[in-house]
Formats: sequence, C-alpha cells, structure tokens
Amino acid sequence: MTDTLAATRSETPLGYFKRTWRQNIIYIGFIVVFLFFALTLHDKGFLTPNNILNIARQTAMIAVMAVAMTLVLSSGEIDLSVGAVAGLASVTTAMAIAWGGVPAGIAAGIMTGVTVGLINGFLSTRLMIPTFLTTLAMMGIAKGTAMWISGTAAIPVLDRTYPAIFGGGNIGPIPTLLLWMLAVGVIGHVVLRRTKFGRQVLAVGGNVVAARYSGINTGRIKLWVIVISAVTAALAGMLYAGRLQTGRFQLGEGDELSVIAAVVLGGTSLFGGKGTVVGSIIGALMIGVINNGLILMGLEYSQQLIARGGIIILAVALSQAGTRTNG
Amino acid sequence: MGGYSVTDKAVKPIAVEMDAISKRFGGVHALREVSLSVRRGEIHALLGENGAGKSTILKILRGVQAPDSGGIVVGGEAFTRLSPQLARQKGIGMIFQEMSLVPTLNVAQNVFLASEPLTPAGLIDDRAMERRSAEIFASMGVTVDPAAIVADLSTGQQQLTEIAKALSQNADVLVLDEPTSALTAGEVDILFDLLRRLKTEGKAIVYVSHRMDEIFRIADHATVLRDGRLIDSRPIGEYTLATLITDIMGKETRDLSEFATDSTAQDEIILKVEHLSSKLRRGGDVSFSLRRGEVLGIAGLLGAGRSRLARMLFGLEPIAHGTITLRGETIAIGSARQATELGLALVPEDRRRQGLVLNHSIQDNIELPILKRLGATPFVDRAKSRATTDELIKRLAIKTSSREAAANSLSGGNQQKIVIGKWLATDPDILIMDEPTAGIDIGSKGEVLRLVRALAAEGKSIIFISSELAELAAVSDRIAVMSDGRLVETIDKTELLTGDASQLRAEQRLQLIVQRGGNND
Repeated sequence: MTDTLAATRSETPLGYFKRTWRQNIIYIGFIVVFLFFALTLHDKGFLTPNNILNIARQTAMIAVMAVAMTLVLSSGEIDLSVGAVAGLASVTTAMAIAWGGVPAGIAAGIMTGVTVGLINGFLSTRLMIPTFLTTLAMMGIAKGTAMWISGTAAIPVLDRTYPAIFGGGNIGPIPTLLLWMLAVGVIGHVVLRRTKFGRQVLAVGGNVVAARYSGINTGRIKLWVIVISAVTAALAGMLYAGRLQTGRFQLGEGDELSVIAAVVLGGTSLFGGKGTVVGSIIGALMIGVINNGLILMGLEYSQQLIARGGIIILAVALSQAGTRTNG
Repeated sequence: MGGYSVTDKAVKPIAVEMDAISKRFGGVHALREVSLSVRRGEIHALLGENGAGKSTILKILRGVQAPDSGGIVVGGEAFTRLSPQLARQKGIGMIFQEMSLVPTLNVAQNVFLASEPLTPAGLIDDRAMERRSAEIFASMGVTVDPAAIVADLSTGQQQLTEIAKALSQNADVLVLDEPTSALTAGEVDILFDLLRRLKTEGKAIVYVSHRMDEIFRIADHATVLRDGRLIDSRPIGEYTLATLITDIMGKETRDLSEFATDSTAQDEIILKVEHLSSKLRRGGDVSFSLRRGEVLGIAGLLGAGRSRLARMLFGLEPIAHGTITLRGETIAIGSARQATELGLALVPEDRRRQGLVLNHSIQDNIELPILKRLGATPFVDRAKSRATTDELIKRLAIKTSSREAAANSLSGGNQQKIVIGKWLATDPDILIMDEPTAGIDIGSKGEVLRLVRALAAEGKSIIFISSELAELAAVSDRIAVMSDGRLVETIDKTELLTGDASQLRAEQRLQLIVQRGGNND
C-alpha cells in the first residue's frame, strides 16, 4: 500500500533471523539440549517413546501452570501461590470425590481455584497490596489449609473414572496429561495472541498508566488474570490427584519456581508487557528434558540441582540479553 | 590552547573541543564530521530538530558512545574517545532531561551520591554532607533545603539539585538537555539567573532547547545541526529568529500565519462545562462552551490546572462540583472508557508515560482504544486493525519502517503522531490535546497544527492545551486562560489580532494575560 510497508515484506529470512534470534533462543536452546542428551544418552534409553512420554507426563503440570503464569507475568504481576494452590486443590478434590463422587470432586477443585484467585485478586486490585506479597502469604495459607483439612494425611482417590480423565490414563498411546497440556496451551496461546483480553493484558503489563488512559479497566484485567492463574493451578492440582490417585498437601510444593523459570526461559518478560505461551511450554519441556537427562546420566540429586540451576541461569541470560536495552 | 589572550576579552579559552566527529549506526550517519567548540564563560546553544544528531554528540561528550572518527580535546588533553568516568573526571557534568536523582533520598544525599564525605571512623558524615550542600546552593545563589526529600521538591528545585550535584563534582562544562521543559516561568527565571552566574564564574554551558525564545534570552553562541551535519556555528547576535529557524529546518519556513484566521466553528454547542472543580484540588472553577468544529485553546502557566481539566473531562480525575453537558445532555463521566464511548478522546501530556506502551508496536498501540470496535467477538480482527493502522500511518505521515516497529524505536514527533493516531482511530467528536507539540521537532509541530485545523474543518471540536503561545494564537479559534484552577478569561482570536493583526503582537498580548493570570488581577 505504502512504501513504508513494503519494507517489511522485503525483509530477507536471514534479516528476520538476525532481528529475532534472541527472542527465539529458547527453541534453539531446547533443540541443542535435546540433541545433546539424545547423543550422549541414546544407549540409556533417552530416546525411547516410553521415556519421551514420561518426560511429557512429568512436565504437564508445570506446563499447564506456566500457561497461566505467562498471562500473569505479561500483566506485570506475579503469582507465587500456584504450587501451594495445586496441593490444596488436590486435597479438596480427593476429599470431595470420597464424599460425593467425581462431579463433586471437579467442582471442589475448581471452586478452590476460584476462591483463592478472588482473594488474591481483591487484595491486589482493591487494597493495592502487590501480588508478590498477597500470593506469598497465600502460599502459606493454602498449604496450611491443605494440611489442616487433610490432617496432613494423603487422601486416596478410589474412584476409577477420575484418574482416567485427569492425568492417569491414556487415549490410545497418548497420555491424557499430554492432551491436557496441549489443550491448555492452545487456549492460552489464542487468548494471549488473538483476543481483546490478551491485548489488554499485554497493555496493562507494558504500561499500566497508558492502558488506563486508553480506557482499559486495568483493575478488572488484573483481577481476571489472577483468578485464571489460581484456577489453572487448581487444575494442575487435580491432575496431580488423578495421576497419583492421591490428594496431598505436598503435591506441587516448590512448583512455583519451576513454573516461573519455565515462563522466563520461554521469553516472557518478568516486568510485563511481553509474553509467549508457546515459549513457556517449550521452557517447561526443556526443564523436564534437563531433569530427565540428568537422572539418566546418573547424577545424584544434589548434582542435579546444581546442574539444573546452572543451565537455567545460562538460558535466561541468553534470552534476556537482547531485551535488556529496552527495559 | 593557542589564541587565548588575557587582554582580549572577546576570546575566551576553549573548555572542550570536539573535532570532526563522525558516527554511524548501521547505515545511518548520525554525525558526519561535526565539530563543536565550547568556550569558558559561554552559554552555547546546541540546536537541531529531533534526529539531527544532538543527542549523539552529547552521548559522545559524556563518554557513553565512542565516535567512529574525530577527536576530543578537553582540559588541554586530546582523546579519541571518552568513557563516562573519564568525562566526569575531566569536568563534564550532565543535567538530564529525565531527572537522575533518587527520589527517596534527601537533597544532600543526592548531591553527594557515590562520593559521600566520611567521618574519621569511615562512616558517612551526614552533617558535612548537608553543610557542604548548603554551601554549594549558597554559591549558586538559590535556596534549597539540603535535608528535604527529593520527591517532595518542585521540578525546579530538583533541577537545581542536579546542577548542585554536577558542581559538587567540580564540573567545568555543564550540559543541560531541555532543562526548562517542566519548569514554571518563575523557575525558568531562577535557572537563567544561575546560568548567567555560572557563566561569569568561567563555566562552559552547553544548552539544548526547542524553545527559540529561550535561546535568544540566554545563549551567547549557537551551533546548529541538521541530518548529522554541522550547518553553522555563530554568535547568537548574528542570528535572527527567522535565520535560526531556517538553519534548523533547512528551508524557508512559513510562519504560523498560514493558519486560517477564518473560524470553522459551527453554531451547535457540543460541550458545555459549568463551574467544574476537581476533588483533588479545591477551589477550581471552570466554565466554557465548545462548538462543533471549534478549536478552543487553553493557555496558562504550569500548574494552572489545565491538565486537571483535561483529565476531569476524560473521566480520569474525580469531579467535586459542576456540570458537564454533552450534546444537550447532562452527563457524569466516571472512567476513560466511558469518555471514549461518549466520543471524547485525550492525547495526554506525557506521551511516553500516559500515551504509549513504548515497547509495543505501532499497531498494538493504535488498536488499544478501539479494541471493542475490532469485531463483535472476543477475538481481535487483526485485518481491520492492520488496515486502520496503515491508513493512519499514511494520513499522519508517520515515519517508520513498518507498522510492527516498536513505538520506542521512533523519534519523539513520530511517537506523538502514534498517540494522536490511536485517538483519531476512535473517531471522536471532541479531541482534547494536552501539550501535543511539547518536545517534538519543528517539522512535526507544523504537521500537528495543520492536522488540528483540518480536523476542525471536518467538524470535530478540539480542546488544545499548550504553553507555546505562538501556536495557541495560531491554531485556536478562541483561547481560554487558566490560572490557579480557574478559567479566568476567554479571548476571541479576532480580538487578539486587532490592530495590525501581526502574529507577534497577538502572542505578546496573550503572554501578558497569561503571566498576569487574567485581565482582572
């Protein structure tokens, strides 16, 4: 139409790569890490379908929470309570199944997320307490509640259908967990990239004042994002309950760190305004691949922790290097 | 150091000399063999449109960027490049456009930040710090409380603190980048007195400003850059306003009188405001009416309540008293969203903070206020958004490589056009513009003013807030003067242009009214 726009089209693939490679470093990193383990560990069964599916299974909960965390970080907020909320939801779901069957369990799990999300959201958007603090406090409250109502005991899920839907079973050769991950990922990606809500989330995170001046109800957008995060964390807890056929307060413990690491690794800004759901899922898978590879390499747990930390720092440093000047 | 003679008062020693500096960014020549020589006891204006190379040469002087070629002589020593530490060591002090003070610390702590005096025990000597700060302020001839927290100071006092900080580091060359953009007229007078005083003490001062009146008031010498080249460097006395503007813009510029004196205002009164006052500042009283197709200019000093009025009308500031009647209906505006739906739009004062999500693309910024109209579903109709963006890029002549370019990759003038564009996209009946030409180059400024007149001719009503009286007098059909939260007087353009109808006289009359806060005082 105009000559200015023709310039975009004429960009060479190489030019595009040069401009964007830092944003896409996670994909390159994922391939490098995957190939490294594939080559060094091929005799230890790294590439067997069973092991690959196992990685997917172990990563699914982190990936599901990472999708919502992408929205949270993109809006300039943070949610530290996701791991504890997952644990609490696993307990409430398991208890409700024992009391009233699968529908009651699903309702209890989701209601747990909605309740926690509304509390986090109101404290943050009405009382203006930063989400860093509200969700840090909620981490303790959710865990304490889970311990209290379960008497710190594991609550078994005796129902057969529940685990089949939530995380335990397979559909054909494909684990349902993988399908959950894909479904949540696709929804999250479409919401962030293609909907008006997603545009508003990014605008609020990019510049909350400009968003308000543009007629966006910034408080409501943040409230929604926080509720979505808690509900998604509850869903992850329900998946834990299905996979392990148990509700227990320790499930999901410490997951918030893996989730945030996965999201930042994927290229989402910790400071808001920029986010990618696909990157977050790849980030989660990368953490899963690293965990799996390090175990297969025969490292001790202590060594795994150190190696994993080092790899994450390296990857985040690379992915942030290109954006630092803009920050 | 040759050429300096004690007996010859006219030739002062050179404080810093930049010789044939060139700098490229990719394929763009930011500077081509630009020389700049600043003498002691001289206020040296550095002029040029945005993108002319001013900020690049200042960055090289500060040592944050290295030139590709050329040399720098400072304090008699020659360098091929400076580092920030070296620049500071050699007495180059920078007063930033965006304040570089720590708002939560007090004045003395800021002045001596990272060079705190210590007690014999090795602890920070707060008392010495405050005493020495007070001494510096006394030597500057100004009063600033060294114990005051910086966040509590006025912008003018913060700026004085910045200057004190530079002086405490024994700066001989002070670089001020748009120092008056946030100051009141009184504060500008204090700053100018200080600069003159520093000048007589033998400091060299590099002064960057878009305000021509200031240049003629304060500068001794002017260097003009355009497209990265040195155009001219002469004593200010050899310039007239017209020749200076010609040097800056590179062509004979038409003066503002091109703007039609014929009003485009129609009979219909679209907006009527009566006795409006803000909840956040008591004692305000604003009444006016706005016709369809009319440009209402709002004049007044900084702090007169002009931006408050804009925010109240746009639902961003709670209203204490008063009524707003829009198209004959009395309305309450509770949020920016509601204001937008009622056909109002606000181009806010601070485009970087309030107007744009800087690291988002042009398209993303433009679609923000019109998301609701981009399709009936929850999904964004990107095709429609692209078409809208392309149309606005074309209409406003936004210079960009693509609609996907991040807003912060564009110059100030083009950023402002994005903000204007995003509000034009909402097709408002009433467009409120708060200082729309502040800090943008003269070329973009003319484009903005022409656009305002074109919009008025299309039947849109515009509330145009500005501190530049010349452009107010040029673009407005009527001008309302605000003072202390009140609208004190409304002047018709025809009334301003009585007598010989010269633009300059109109501006001077307006200046008088604004300075006195209305005729009635």
